[in-house]
Amino acid sequence: MDDKGKQLVQQIADMQEEDSVKLAREMLDSGYDPVKLLGHCREAMEIVGKRYEEGEYFLPELMLAGEMLKAIGDMAKPLIKQDTSGDKTVGTVIIGTVQGDLHDIGKNIVTFMLEINGFKVIDLGIDVPIANFVDSIKEHKPRVVGLSGFLTLAFDAMKETVGAIKEAGLRDNVKIMIGGGQVDETIRNYTGADAFGLNAMEAVSLCKQWIPA
Amino acid sequence: MSAGSQLTSASALYEQRQKRLIDAIELREPDRLPTILFSHFWVARYCGMTCREAMYDYEGLAAATRKAVVDLEPDAFHPVHALVAFGPTMEVLDYKQLEWPGHKGLSDNVPFQYLDAQYMAADEYEEYLLDPTGFMLHKYMPRIAGALEPLSQLPMYPGVLHTRIIQSMEAYARPEVRRALETLIRAGEEIQKMRAVQGRMVEELKDLGFPLAAHGTSHAPFDVAADYLRGSKGAMLDLFRNKDKLLSLMDRLTILIPRAGIAAVKAMGGNMIFIPLHWGLDGFMSPKQFTTFFWPQFQKVLLTLIEAGIYPHVLWEGDCTTRLEVIKDVPPGKCVYFFERTNMFKAKEALRGTVCIRGNVPASMLIAGTPNDVREYCKKLFDVVGDGGGFILDAGVGVPDEANPDNVLAMYQFAKECMY
Repeated sequence: MDDKGKQLVQQIADMQEEDSVKLAREMLDSGYDPVKLLGHCREAMEIVGKRYEEGEYFLPELMLAGEMLKAIGDMAKPLIKQDTSGDKTVGTVIIGTVQGDLHDIGKNIVTFMLEINGFKVIDLGIDVPIANFVDSIKEHKPRVVGLSGFLTLAFDAMKETVGAIKEAGLRDNVKIMIGGGQVDETIRNYTGADAFGLNAMEAVSLCKQWIPA
Repeated sequence: MSAGSQLTSASALYEQRQKRLIDAIELREPDRLPTILFSHFWVARYCGMTCREAMYDYEGLAAATRKAVVDLEPDAFHPVHALVAFGPTMEVLDYKQLEWPGHKGLSDNVPFQYLDAQYMAADEYEEYLLDPTGFMLHKYMPRIAGALEPLSQLPMYPGVLHTRIIQSMEAYARPEVRRALETLIRAGEEIQKMRAVQGRMVEELKDLGFPLAAHGTSHAPFDVAADYLRGSKGAMLDLFRNKDKLLSLMDRLTILIPRAGIAAVKAMGGNMIFIPLHWGLDGFMSPKQFTTFFWPQFQKVLLTLIEAGIYPHVLWEGDCTTRLEVIKDVPPGKCVYFFERTNMFKAKEALRGTVCIRGNVPASMLIAGTPNDVREYCKKLFDVVGDGGGFILDAGVGVPDEANPDNVLAMYQFAKECMY
């Protein structure tokens, strides 16, 4: 990697927002390949993800990393001529906060961590009707479905969503993980999900286990 | 038994329950394991009411609370009206920070939920710091309630003086301001109606021997900044982008928050304050961020409340096990730490002799477990966390709305068997 690229990776990974955005701007202005530049961003995100997994970074760092990635992406993407939509992903994960629950911080962090680990994530948003999960599974054929919920009302909504996926004959096609708020093994069993996770790292390791690269 | 002796025995029970609670808080061994009843919508659902009915039907909620308290016999209870019964008032105000059952998209049996958003922009720190009250009145209130938008037209009094104050009265006669003031009065009347029902219920339960567990609610400065002003995203980014301004804002809040909390508790004639925390848990912030942006400011709030003779009940949401060594730095026998998923055994080790522990029967167990599971869990808690006193049995974040009544009854019944 060239010096500028190395510097950019380091600045992003070290949470130097202003410097990294300024450097990316300079690089693009002087004709730096935008595809290559986005590759550096991905590399920086891997470092960020690793530092999060190792307990050095926490939610504020992930949030700031997301902001830097967006700012630099917004500058670089319009300059890219070739179609990069066919970029390989490890596998598809559908995620959403279950019906009745409007919380999304946990879901967004899991989405972010899955994406920087190479998964394609279809985020259905919050208060997701059961039918939307079923329809989305039919459409996108994911390997994993993530059900998020902060409130205890989510336990029943998760259970009903898992039931509907089963009823639609799709249960054997997907692994289902639940997370957020007060979920634990009792609730995993209650909802009929395959696994539960207490944080974004656990979501990533479940997906890696279920969708080997 | 005569009415007189019934009264005596109820007042003796009241004294006994209060003593049991204070003994636990002040780290003495009580006669038996104390309990508190804290729930948002469980009491209503226990009596067949929907969440929406609980928010709108003051009398119905009072009857439900009475029944739950009498059936469970906790040593103290949280007044549920203050937690949920503000549906009609929010309608009057066109309130925007909450979604509630039967309003917009939520069905009748879903609890109200706070809408995380930016209610103060990053470039408004200076304005807040210069004049927090002015900011709340002119900017914040109009943003959180449609009916209060015209308050933005009220005079900016720090710069309006002498005969200009007299002339400033003009603003109050403007049609839109007049409407806003009338709305404030109607909202106030609605809250008075709710409080009158709650007050009667509290008195009736007092006459039956049940004390209150909370006489007011307070906050941590960072939670106010993150939840109510900047929004979660804004607050997290401010740790990097606006660090000094955020710290200055919290310095103001460390004074303003306890001032309001003390006033609320004194107005109720009580000595307990409930403080639910949202951002203190493991995993959200780094240990360094916690000891920079969360704990020092919150510790000051706690010390100010304690100095005013108030016992804070701090609800540490989530798992706070890695925070224990830091948060134990409070005067002994003055605070209750109410834990949700924190390791209770480690908590006892770290906080023994300093802080009374409260909690933490899991929501999952109360909803999907059996009475036997609950009893076993409670026994373990009593044996270890209850050792030597300093422990109040409660659910993780209070009784969850969907809890199975058999499990809840098992929890409160079990405590009565735990004698010291």
